[in-house]
Amino acid sequence: MWEYTKTVKDHFLNPRNVGVIDDADGVGEVGSLACGDALTLYFKLDEHKKIKDAKFQTFGCASAIASSSAMTEMIKGLTLEEAEKITNDKIAEFLGGLPKQKMHCSVLGRDALEKAIANYRGEAEKKVEGNIVCECFGVTDLEIKRAVKENSLNSIEDVTNYVKAGGGCESCHEKIQEIIDATLGREIKAKKKVIRLTNIQKIRLIEETLEREIKPALKKDGGNIELVDVDGNNVFVKLQGTCATCSASQITLKHYVESKLRELVSPELLVEEVSS
Amino acid sequence: MKVIYVDNNATTKVAPEVLEEMIPYFSESYGNPSSMHTFGGVVEHKVAEARERVAELLGASPEEIIFTSCGTESDSTAIRAAILSNPNKKHIVTSRVEHPAVKNLFEYLSKNGYRATFVPVDRKGRLDLDYLHKNLDEDTAIVSIMWANNESGVIFPIEEIGGVLKEKGIVFHTDAVQAVGKIPIDLKKVDVDMLSISGHKLHGPKGVGALYVRKGTKYSPFLIGGHQEKGRRGGTENVASITGLGKASELAAANLSDENIRVKRLRNKLEAELLNRIPNSIVNGDRENRLPNTTSIAFEYVEGEAILLMMDEYGICASSGSACTSGSLEPSHVLRAMGVPFTAAHGSIRFSLSIYNTEEEIDFIIEKLPPIIERLRELSPFWKKAQ
Repeated sequence: MWEYTKTVKDHFLNPRNVGVIDDADGVGEVGSLACGDALTLYFKLDEHKKIKDAKFQTFGCASAIASSSAMTEMIKGLTLEEAEKITNDKIAEFLGGLPKQKMHCSVLGRDALEKAIANYRGEAEKKVEGNIVCECFGVTDLEIKRAVKENSLNSIEDVTNYVKAGGGCESCHEKIQEIIDATLGREIKAKKKVIRLTNIQKIRLIEETLEREIKPALKKDGGNIELVDVDGNNVFVKLQGTCATCSASQITLKHYVESKLRELVSPELLVEEVSS
Repeated sequence: MKVIYVDNNATTKVAPEVLEEMIPYFSESYGNPSSMHTFGGVVEHKVAEARERVAELLGASPEEIIFTSCGTESDSTAIRAAILSNPNKKHIVTSRVEHPAVKNLFEYLSKNGYRATFVPVDRKGRLDLDYLHKNLDEDTAIVSIMWANNESGVIFPIEEIGGVLKEKGIVFHTDAVQAVGKIPIDLKKVDVDMLSISGHKLHGPKGVGALYVRKGTKYSPFLIGGHQEKGRRGGTENVASITGLGKASELAAANLSDENIRVKRLRNKLEAELLNRIPNSIVNGDRENRLPNTTSIAFEYVEGEAILLMMDEYGICASSGSACTSGSLEPSHVLRAMGVPFTAAHGSIRFSLSIYNTEEEIDFIIEKLPPIIERLRELSPFWKKAQ
């Protein structure tokens, strides 16, 4: 169960400013049904160009509704220049905090506000700027960069919590990490070079690893291992000593021998036992 | 506030009779069932009695029952035992709608040298049997298919699958934690090699489960240790909980008709009334072959977490297939596998009843839920547009 503050619960159960303004000066629509949350924001200005009224409609969870309600309360009486300065953090703060996994709800509020202001100023509907990084939720590199900068996000998990990127198929995790590193000015770690081994090199490396790492460990338990053959990425071994009769030998083989060889020689190796 | 608990596929109340029978094994009867003295021997008898009661519920013999710590341990033990005893076979088969206890283990194995097939389901959550049969081969080490689905309640044709697998000599495991106690099961008539059950899903305590292993099935232990459970599962027995699971099994057998008549009627009433009173609501799953206690209903254009929290204000406990309740961003893998559209998946609520639910409680839900959905739809920007 989520730990929601009293203020979140209050704004969820008694949301302020629900509805539509028919002659609104600015309208902002963000999110979609597929994403699981969506918000439409309306505002009306008075003669001093201050926000006189704001209304919203939200499809989403409790924190999405509460964030929308809070945001409309916060912007009333502000000029657009003042309203623009409201960050997602401020919305969360107004609510007494949101669970980390729900921060994207406050971002939704901020985005709707921005869109509504742009709509009022007659700025053309902003084309998606930047490049889509997360295909599942349609999040761009610029959006990720901004979230990282404004909220000092450190990890992929944080980025997912704030802008949803990386929360679906996870195939963009590497790109997100690069953006985090670049934005925070971290040096991008040089990628490990994948060395293509020749067959002879591979067999030698397997032998060396068996001798240096694996045999000593097995011998401690009275077992031993012998390399029989290497065919492509298939490594055939014979278990000896106590290993040969042990009921857990398959566990040893897969979880220890194979993972060691994968780590130190090549991640594609498959270890199989040949019976004597 | 009175709690109205309709989330029994998540966990159940420990039956008072179960608790009563457990208590002595926390206090005066603390002997170790492995001990040589009478003080321990008495406890050993109690464990044996529990084993008989579980076996009786399943139509198995007592020596085919191994006690474990939970349903997940039973699943892991069964699947690992099957692949360890077939070291040359590298293909494993399950469904797309399994509980994470099976699904995540299969995903792990598929990254560690195994080829995994995930059998799809149709829009009603029914298993694609043709796909299953076509994907069996010489290399298949195990098929693990749940007996009934925890979210939709859909029951899979375990008897039919078992027959095919027996002919082909492929090990068959079924995660039956949602089925046992809700529908009759007789393993004398069904060809299943291994079957998992969990105590807390049938009014027993949490932290105890059992694995049925058919006589003659190749087996290797997951927890290697002492000689407990005839060397099939090391570790001193969780005596009080095992006693509880035994009593719960006895009660489940006795309550099976109540579950399938009265509980089913209450479930049907709840479902029919909600569909009737709330427009744009749809049942997820096959209504013909379904657990008697479960209904999953999608309320279009509203979000599940919001519904749950508003029901919570009235003490009504259910659960949701929505993304927002789990901390993940995508709705339930079961509803997605069934092809439930996003408009409906985010607003799906599962009600799972038990023998402790009353007609008054069901009437209370029927009265309280429609205004909640109406209120949330008024808040939703999509509702008016959809009209």
